[in-house]
Formats: sequence, C-alpha cells, structure tokens
Amino acid sequence: MSLLFSKSHEWVNMIDDTTAQVGLTDYAQAELGGLVFVNLPEEGDDVVSGEPFADVESVKAVSDVFSPVTGKVAEINEELLDAPEKINEAPYDAWFVKVEGITDKVELIDEAAYKAYVSTLSEE
Amino acid sequence: MDLIFEIGSEGRKLSLLPKCDVPEVKVPESQSRKTALHLPHVSENELSRHYSKLAKRSHGVNDGFYPLGSCTMKYNPKVNEIAASFKGFTGVHPLQNERTVQGSMEVIKKTEDTLCEIAGMDAFTLQPAAGAHGEFTGLLLIKAYHVDRGDTKRTKIIVPDSAHGTNPASAAMCGFDVVSIPSQDDGCVDLDALRGAVGDDTAGLMLTNPNTVGLFDKNILQITKIVHDAGGLCYYDGANLNAVMGIARPGDMGFDAVHINLHKTFSTPHGGGGPGAGPVGCKEFLKQFLPGHHVAGDENEGFRYEIETKSIGAVKMFHGNFLVIVRALTYMLMLGKEGVPEASSNAVLNANYMRTKLDDLYEMAYDTTCMHEFVMSLEPLKHKTGVSALDVAKGLLDYGIHPPTMYFPLIVEEALMIEPTETEPKEVLDEAIVALRALYKEATDNPEALHSAPHNTVIGRPDEVGAARNTVLRYQWTD
Repeated sequence: MSLLFSKSHEWVNMIDDTTAQVGLTDYAQAELGGLVFVNLPEEGDDVVSGEPFADVESVKAVSDVFSPVTGKVAEINEELLDAPEKINEAPYDAWFVKVEGITDKVELIDEAAYKAYVSTLSEE
Repeated sequence: MDLIFEIGSEGRKLSLLPKCDVPEVKVPESQSRKTALHLPHVSENELSRHYSKLAKRSHGVNDGFYPLGSCTMKYNPKVNEIAASFKGFTGVHPLQNERTVQGSMEVIKKTEDTLCEIAGMDAFTLQPAAGAHGEFTGLLLIKAYHVDRGDTKRTKIIVPDSAHGTNPASAAMCGFDVVSIPSQDDGCVDLDALRGAVGDDTAGLMLTNPNTVGLFDKNILQITKIVHDAGGLCYYDGANLNAVMGIARPGDMGFDAVHINLHKTFSTPHGGGGPGAGPVGCKEFLKQFLPGHHVAGDENEGFRYEIETKSIGAVKMFHGNFLVIVRALTYMLMLGKEGVPEASSNAVLNANYMRTKLDDLYEMAYDTTCMHEFVMSLEPLKHKTGVSALDVAKGLLDYGIHPPTMYFPLIVEEALMIEPTETEPKEVLDEAIVALRALYKEATDNPEALHSAPHNTVIGRPDEVGAARNTVLRYQWTD
C-alpha cells in the first residue's frame, strides 16, 4: 500500500476513492512518547478534515489527532483501546478508524515529501 | 520497602485512638459487612518506623529545593503551625452556637477581608478546597449570573492554549463549551483571536496573569474590556498570584471573580494531600450567588453567619479547610502590608537571577525579564544530544533537587518551568544553577548516563509508561 501523509502527522491509506484508513505517523508517535490511552470516535460519527477526531495520551500530555479527511466513521480499531502501545510499536499497522464516504481532504503528501517535511521540523 | 500490610503480625495493635465517648449504634444487619475489614496489624513502634521510612523516601520543601513551576512550593513558616494548633481552633465544631466561636468567626472574616484587599474583590467564600475546586465554584458564579438574567445562550468559556489543563476541565464540568484561543509568539493573549472568539454566546474568559510562561500580559485591561464589551465575565486563575500579591490586583485588571491557592501563595502545606484551600472572590454584583455561610459583623456588634439570597449552595461542608485558613491568615498578618509585596518582589528577583545565570547555556522560551517563574526549552539540547527535558529533570534528582515542572506549558517544546519562590537563599539558587550547568555538560559528554538518571536515589528511573498502562491502584489481597 502507498500511504499519504498530512502535515499534522496522520497517515491515510486510501482503500478506494472514498474510503480510507487513518492513523498516526511514526514521527508523531516518537514525539509523543509512550502512549497510555487513546480515545476514538464511535462508528457512524462524522469526521471533518482538519478537525480533531481522536485524542492520545502519553505520560507527557494529551494531544488531539486531526482528521485528514471528511466523511463518516465506518469502523474503529477497538484493539487500540486496550493496547495503545500498538501505536508506538507499529504505527503504520495501528489504524485508528476507517472512514467512508470521503468528500474532502486536507493537503496530503507522499512519503518522500513527508520525510522531507519532517526533516525541516527537527532542524528548527 | 514493605507496605504497611506486609509488616507486623496478626493481633498486634496500638492504643492511639481515644475511647469512644458516644453511645454505640447497632448497624442494621443488611448494611453491615459480611467479611472482616483488612486492617494493618502493627505495634506503635512498627507504625512509627514505617512512617519515618516513608518520610526518608520523600522530598519536600523541608528537605531541599523544590522549584516546581506554577506550584509555588514556598517554605511553610512554623508560626503557621503554632497558630493552627491553638485549642480554640482545634477544639471547636462548626455547628456550635455563634456566641461560643466568635474567635474562629473573626478569623474567617479577617481572612475574607484581607483576601478582598489583596485581590481587589468585594467578597470571598472560603469553602473551595483546591484551585480547581475554586475554578469550578467561580464558573458556577458566572453561570448563575447569566442564568439569573435570563441570558441562557451564553454557553462558551474562552481559554488560551497556554492555560492550566484544569481551566478547560472546570469549564466542561460546569457544562460550558470550551473555546481555545492561540497565544501570540510572546506567550500573551492574541487580541485579534480573542476579538474573533467573543460574541453573544460568551459566558466568560479564564486567564492567569502573569500567564503560564511567567510573563505579565501587558494588554490585560484591553483583554478584560473585550470580554466585558461582549457581555462576558472574566475569571482570574490565582495560580500565579505569588508574582504580584500586594502589587497588582486582579480586581483592578478587570476580573470579576478569582480563586486564590492558599497552599501556594499563602504558605499553607502543599502536596501530599495538603489539604488545600482555593477561596473564591468576586465583585459585588456576584456576591449574591456565593456558596455556603460567610461571616458578617465586627468585634463590637459580634460576628454572625449569613447566607446569600441566591446562593449556588454549598460546594464543601461548613467553612472549607478551616485550619488551613488559620495558617494563611497567620502568614498574611506576619508579613503585613509591607511584607506581602516584598515577598512577591523577591520571588520575581529569584526567578530572574536563576534565568540570567542559565540563559547563556539553556534556551529560554521567552528571552525577556520574567515574573516569578521562567520556562526553558530543551528542544535545542535534545536535538543536539538526544537528552530530553525528562532526562535533565531526572538528573536533578541526583543533586537532591526536586525537578521543575516538565512539558508544561504545552506551547513550549521540551519545557522545563522553574519557580524558585522567595523563600530560597542565594546559596540554594547557586547550587541549582551549578547543577543545571553540570547537567548540560553531562548531556553533551555522556548522554547515555542521563537517559538512565537518577542513579543515586532510592528508586531509579521508573517505567512511567508501564505504570500508566498497567495501573495497580490498591493493595492486591490474596484472600
């Protein structure tokens, strides 16, 4: 699969034109540190691109996770609720939600562009 | 070390509890326990040693420097304890006849009056037991004010993104929607963002000043005016009052309600359960909604309890943590009108002394004169050496220093927030400066050692993530 990335550090795996899985990037999980809690939306909830749809809690802080797409939550990854460490261990397997009926997206970039973007962040 | 349930032996006990001096009441069968209560079986000697052991493993202001930003861990003068141990204060009951507790009532009245003077408010309630409890109470006053006028569309509380996490939490607890507004680059309120956020649905704004990055917001009069012009009220979180007490008053800045943390600013015990006290003050027009009893009258006519006509009801029993209030009043009276602002000035001086002795090495999040605390960003150090704010904080433990507040405020990356308070002498500040400079060097020379710090404490680096993921919150009985 080829993933797309948002500048707020979420990844998007487009399953078809209007359906996608969404998760948190490796850079984001590393910055947050060990996650101890994740709060996901419910199936059927609407998500809006650029708006928070979930939050994750590390020992440092609670952080919003922003939806890269607008659509409806078709499925949530319930496994993460009991095992948030999966986000740290394998961020690209630890999808948060599957969104269907996607009508809008934030600006998404490919892996190479995302890597380049992240490298500019750590140089600051 | 062993827990108290793991020491002693079946049948051992001690005689610290007084004999029951009221008739025993039989508990109805349906409500009585079916199994015996788990109690420790220890002698007085074992109990005493157990607590001594615990005390040796803890770090308080009596043990050493405790620069925990935003918490004002100042020394608690012993004279506070002397006053709080007077029989006249410890041997009374809140339901006693007013005529028999005039002295205690005078303490309440004097405390309310003194806090009014310091905060620039017209009335106070001493009921709230903590800062967040004060926030909750203050927001209930704001809610009662709007509802009383029939203005029920005001459902939003504005909170800057640099605020203490308790602010949005308290607002949510009160049933408000929270509107977060961004801070400017200098950590102060973005006036345009505030103007854009206010409207006829604004119930109020919550703010600390100085703010959570240790800077006094110079636009404060404009800020409160923008909120007032929109019909909202302004709430002052007193967390940082230690920078300005007796110098600048929240009431004069335009705030309508305020809480004060007696366990921070007014030297009552803090941490380990306190107990705390977060009295809430307000302007005259909000007084009618105050919770609980307050004390009216004076020495000549006598003191009496009064309840406000539109009181929101009690938020805690009786007069809050009364003996904490005795301690705070003792502190205020000992310092007096000149001592209160002097304490604040010295708190600001100590913070700036430390800041200027460190700013050539550590990056200051805001490179300007600070108030009672300052925030360093360890992002450049982390980038260079891999050593994080957490590592440096843990490293300080090896120097016998309590770590500063970490990773707060959230708007600063890898934040360490240092608040030395006014009660530390120059030697202690110098030792901490030497320690922080040594840690910086260690981060460069031997980062690995810092990743596993502390090395000389009873407990090394705990697995915080593991502890949070697999919480064990009570003793696991085998039977």
